[in-house]
Amino acid sequence: MPIKSEPVEVNIGPQHPSTHGVFRMVAKIDGERIVDVKMIVGYLHRSMEKLAEERTFTQNIPFTDRMDYLAAMSGNLGYCLSVEKLAGVEVPERAQYLRVIFAELQRVASHCMATGAFINDCGAWQTPVMYAFRDREKVLDLFEMTCGARLTTNYMRIGGVAFDIPDEFLPALDRLINDDLPFRFEEYDQLLVGNEIIMMRARDVGMVSPEMAINASLSGPLLRSAGIAWDIRKADPYCVYDRMQFDIPVGYNGDAYDRMCIRIEEMKQSLRIIRQAVHDLPGGPHKTDVPLAIRPPAGEAYSRVESPKGELGFYVVSDGGPAPYRWHVRAPSLINLSVLREMTIGKSIADAIVTLGSIDINVGELDR
Amino acid sequence: MPHAATLTLAGTHVADRIRTALPDAIRSASADIVTLEPASAFEAMRFLRDDEELDGKFLVQMCSVDMITHIDLVYHFASLAQNHIFEVKVPADHEHPEVPSISPLWSGAILQEREIYDLMGVKFPGHPELTRLFLWESFPGHPLRKDFMSMPGGRKSGLSQFPKQVAGETGQEFRPAAPGTGE
Amino acid sequence: MTMLLSLLTIVTDNWWDIRDLSNVSGAVLDIIDDLGGPAWLIYIVSALLGTLAIISFIGGVAIINIWVERRVVGRMQSRLGPNRLGPFGLLQPIADAIKLMQKEVLQPKSAPGLIFTLAPIMFTIPGIAMMAVLPWGRNMSLANVDVGILYILGLSSLGALAVFMAGYSSNNKYALFGSMRVIAMLVSYEIPIVLSLLGIVLFTGTMNPQGIVLFQEHYWSLMILLQPLAFIIYFFSVSAELNRTPADIAEAESEIVGGYHTEYSGMKFGLFYAAELINAVAVSAIISTLFLGGWWAYKLDEIVPGWMIYIGKIYTVYFVFVWTRGTLPRFRIDQLLAFAWKWLTPMALLNIVMVSAEVTIWEESGLSAGIVLPIYMVINTAAAGAIIYAFVRFLAPKFERFPTQLRFYSNIDVPSLPAVAAPPDRAKVSV
Repeated sequence: MPIKSEPVEVNIGPQHPSTHGVFRMVAKIDGERIVDVKMIVGYLHRSMEKLAEERTFTQNIPFTDRMDYLAAMSGNLGYCLSVEKLAGVEVPERAQYLRVIFAELQRVASHCMATGAFINDCGAWQTPVMYAFRDREKVLDLFEMTCGARLTTNYMRIGGVAFDIPDEFLPALDRLINDDLPFRFEEYDQLLVGNEIIMMRARDVGMVSPEMAINASLSGPLLRSAGIAWDIRKADPYCVYDRMQFDIPVGYNGDAYDRMCIRIEEMKQSLRIIRQAVHDLPGGPHKTDVPLAIRPPAGEAYSRVESPKGELGFYVVSDGGPAPYRWHVRAPSLINLSVLREMTIGKSIADAIVTLGSIDINVGELDR
Repeated sequence: MPHAATLTLAGTHVADRIRTALPDAIRSASADIVTLEPASAFEAMRFLRDDEELDGKFLVQMCSVDMITHIDLVYHFASLAQNHIFEVKVPADHEHPEVPSISPLWSGAILQEREIYDLMGVKFPGHPELTRLFLWESFPGHPLRKDFMSMPGGRKSGLSQFPKQVAGETGQEFRPAAPGTGE
Repeated sequence: MTMLLSLLTIVTDNWWDIRDLSNVSGAVLDIIDDLGGPAWLIYIVSALLGTLAIISFIGGVAIINIWVERRVVGRMQSRLGPNRLGPFGLLQPIADAIKLMQKEVLQPKSAPGLIFTLAPIMFTIPGIAMMAVLPWGRNMSLANVDVGILYILGLSSLGALAVFMAGYSSNNKYALFGSMRVIAMLVSYEIPIVLSLLGIVLFTGTMNPQGIVLFQEHYWSLMILLQPLAFIIYFFSVSAELNRTPADIAEAESEIVGGYHTEYSGMKFGLFYAAELINAVAVSAIISTLFLGGWWAYKLDEIVPGWMIYIGKIYTVYFVFVWTRGTLPRFRIDQLLAFAWKWLTPMALLNIVMVSAEVTIWEESGLSAGIVLPIYMVINTAAAGAIIYAFVRFLAPKFERFPTQLRFYSNIDVPSLPAVAAPPDRAKVSV
């Protein structure tokens, strides 16, 4: 006689140690196997797109910090690029190089956090997060040195960057990228990449095929893990990325393990870019003179950057006034989640947690 | 070979290409913007996804803009293989906006359509589960519309709309200028 | 008056002799005898003295180990750990305990109160009770039980029952998942535990923990050298039973929040927390007794008191437990159960076959232990290595079909993909 059983509904989140914020997954579970997943978001919705319509273009920059609070510089950069594209503002060379340096430092910080949190989701008891925080702190120290803030930097401006780097910045950066971080990344390689338990946990988990990845508009490490060499920095070079030599790490299988390896490799590539940018860093002004209440001509612009989470796009419509008529953010965290259901169905709860960790969402950006 | 940097396809080029298969699908086309007929928008998008030259397999993003007279849905499509990007607009009625859902074609559109439904109130027939994404079901109104929470006397709290266009104290309903007609 | 005189005698005659704490209790019992106490009183008092000693040790351990664990793991995580309260943060556990006692004990309305309350108490008892049969010195054994190992095995599975009670009575889905996992683990891991200890019992011919220590002392050989495979199996199995990483799936924090103790708060949670440390120490004590020679350490126990050696060994093993906890990620439940059935159980069976053969050869040939045991040590160590290597070679999960290296592209490169079919219909829920 078959045993009569029915699936149990379990709320994973909004208050759960591994949902990376206030994100809720309603999972229907049959034993340990997930039958259906529904995601519920919006706990951190701050209606930034509406608020932005009532503030000037410059006043909107802090919003981009608060979106992806783990990668504030990338948000700043993407937004400023879109307004500059709309208004036709020329950015001085030095500012462009500084932007590249800070965006790449931010990528290192964000990927550190993502890798650490991912291993934590695999069940290691806080150690990887602490290691990752240790390395991230050093990057944030540099941010603090330059713009006074560690997390919500508000550093980029329309037409450049807010401040030039202080004198002690370059020696500190040199120590960081030549002595400190390469050693740490070697440690990551030894501890994580060959780790049997992590392989057992993350191989074949959260699989995404190339067709699925493109159809679901995935971007960032999620798309690259599926075997597609796509990086906005290469495909649609902004700032001075076309002058930099770097590689795109690409996985074979599209599973969580590949994504972790890709993040670690990308951090190394970021260091490579920073070294070149520091070497070529020109003098000159760090900002063009742009009126604080800039009024771009009526029109629209869509510009995108490769943020650590994926393709971060800003669609700005102006009616000629000092505030954007409409401001839309293409949030990679939100769009990357569209495959969550396909990735988790049929797997166990533990796999679902690992999958969510490997997507690397940021709820601040997801809910905006 | 993909382009070295992303090429933005001209709207007229995209429109011409779509016209070869679906002659009535284009409402208007300029150098920047292609506007599709809402009735045949789904077919047109299926065409531009599967077409070899346009190759819009990657839905970069979709969003909505309240243009007062109507609501524009803005789609950006890209071809990763050829590295180009183009923009397509679908206008919808302002009072009862309805645009066919493209989530049967792109699964990446599912969440974005839910977001647009939530914040702009555009309905997408054909969407598998059209519920609000961020706000709760009983939330009054759709925040991203320009007439959401307008102040008494038709005043708006917006920066660009507020200063000079509130003419007189007649209490007439205030309508901000459409983009392009501002100062 | 006589009593005072006798006490004075202890202080003057035996004050220096801390090597054997049983002298102290012996002196106390002598006093009772001198005062003309009846035999049953002596019997009760001797039991009470031993119990008092063990409970105070366990209580101290529960307090100190909070500090030890936090501090050691802190260093492993490249931070300091608690260092504010008292010297080296030593008073931190006391502050923790006071905080836990002050907290309100919340209980779900729909929880069956008796089971809910009993569970943490049940969880604490086995760890303490297990210490009763373990020898602390040559004469320092509270209960010299001849079936001590059976007693230990019986008690160690009782903890899982308490966890199940907690999970079941919490009326919480996460807690239920935790307790389900615990039962699945109990069924799987009890077997390798029993089988690995069977090897020792076969070798020594006794189930008495004191007897096992005396065997090791008599033949001048540590059990870990004679039974390396059994040690490895036992160590992994108990770390699974103890719910410590890499096998802490019952309370897997990142998956099911807290597992069985999700709904517990205040001192009830404190009991769970303390019992976890107590159990870890109890298991470390078992390992040091059975495998590491207990209070005996070659010539060292003639200089240093046996119980000090014993505590030193306990904390060495405990450190390894903390070390694994601070280092390894967690297995998935199916991997963990497969590990028990596919690896540990067959390995333990092989071990038993080997031990039986060795014991038979030893008894039949009549060779002296001085020749046989070193040979066995070498053979068993080599065999353990060979068996583990063979299992890894043939049973380890294979990742060959996945290339481990990433590809690197200096330009974008997107394969031309076929036209993608419609995404799966989300409206349908496949149940």
